[in-house]
Amino acid sequence: MQVKELVERFGFEVKAGNNGLDRQIKDGYCGDLLSEIMANAPQGCVWLTIQGHQNIVAVAVLREMAAIIITGGQTPDEETLQKANQENIPILLGSHSAYQLAGRLYALGVGNPQPE
Amino acid sequence: MLKQFKADLHIHTCLSPCSDWDMSPKKIIRRSLDKGLDLIAICDHNTAENVGAVMKAGKDQGLWVLPGIEICSKEEVHILALFDELDTTLTMQDYVYANLTGNNKPEVFGYQIVANEHDEVLGENPRLLIGATQLGIYDIVEKTHSLGGLSLSSHVDRTAYGVIGQLGFIPSDLKIDGVEVSYRVSLDKAGDEVAGIGKFPCTTASDAHFLDDIGKVWTVFVIAQPSIDEIQRALRGKDGRRIMI
Repeated sequence: MQVKELVERFGFEVKAGNNGLDRQIKDGYCGDLLSEIMANAPQGCVWLTIQGHQNIVAVAVLREMAAIIITGGQTPDEETLQKANQENIPILLGSHSAYQLAGRLYALGVGNPQPE
Repeated sequence: MLKQFKADLHIHTCLSPCSDWDMSPKKIIRRSLDKGLDLIAICDHNTAENVGAVMKAGKDQGLWVLPGIEICSKEEVHILALFDELDTTLTMQDYVYANLTGNNKPEVFGYQIVANEHDEVLGENPRLLIGATQLGIYDIVEKTHSLGGLSLSSHVDRTAYGVIGQLGFIPSDLKIDGVEVSYRVSLDKAGDEVAGIGKFPCTTASDAHFLDDIGKVWTVFVIAQPSIDEIQRALRGKDGRRIMI
């Protein structure tokens, strides 16, 4: 699935990284402790977090992520959006909690070896 | 003339919910003197309401007490703000309070005791001091500097509430004056053992929540007097001021 399909399906607001919307989503990951994300997030994942600091973009580039979704109605810092535009990492905003969204993405087949 | 000051710049009082009741102003002073410290700083979580009492208790005792506050950013990173004057520290406290929501539940998070310089209980602080503020780390560092304070990133070797744990690495444009490592890492090895300290000047402090923790580790500053300006110069290695390792 491409990032733009996810945007259409869930009605996310694209805050930055419009040029990266054709990236392929291969997996999903959740978390807010960036040291842990840097070590463990899978390549090509869509990452669900409430952290809005600009370091999230560096982490996404490092792990070659497809997109970042800021959950729970949180808003990222302005510097974060600038960095995301430079790196073409889509930053999507949604009101869902990480729990709700991860469940729905998994049911859709994201990161799920045996989709329902 | 430059002198050595044995300093523990991160000590909590009984006002921090996670801190022991024995961390009262007079007892903190007595234990600090017993440990041979010359200089301490009081840094409670998101508050400075006990700082004045500790400063008064330490007056004419041969121990310097700097006022401070340990602020929890919205990224859940702990940052120390140290000042020369109590007034400025209380201005910083106003800024923190304006960006801190919630009420404490003492039975869950611990009691938050406001005390005077005679170790008498004045009351409890009702705020959720254990919580995170809505302030970003850049906001905190900038405000600290605008008030003439010193900004140190707390216990960067710890995953919990340390900047490297929370944010993966220290943003290179973060204008902190230095970092603090906990007792778990020795100061002379910190640069090698804690990946990511890099260019930032390094200190160590006890982060004491119990009397027995005071002076567990310390930093020796070679400075003319215990002021924010002198400590800043020591962190930068300027004018002969330095940290002894």
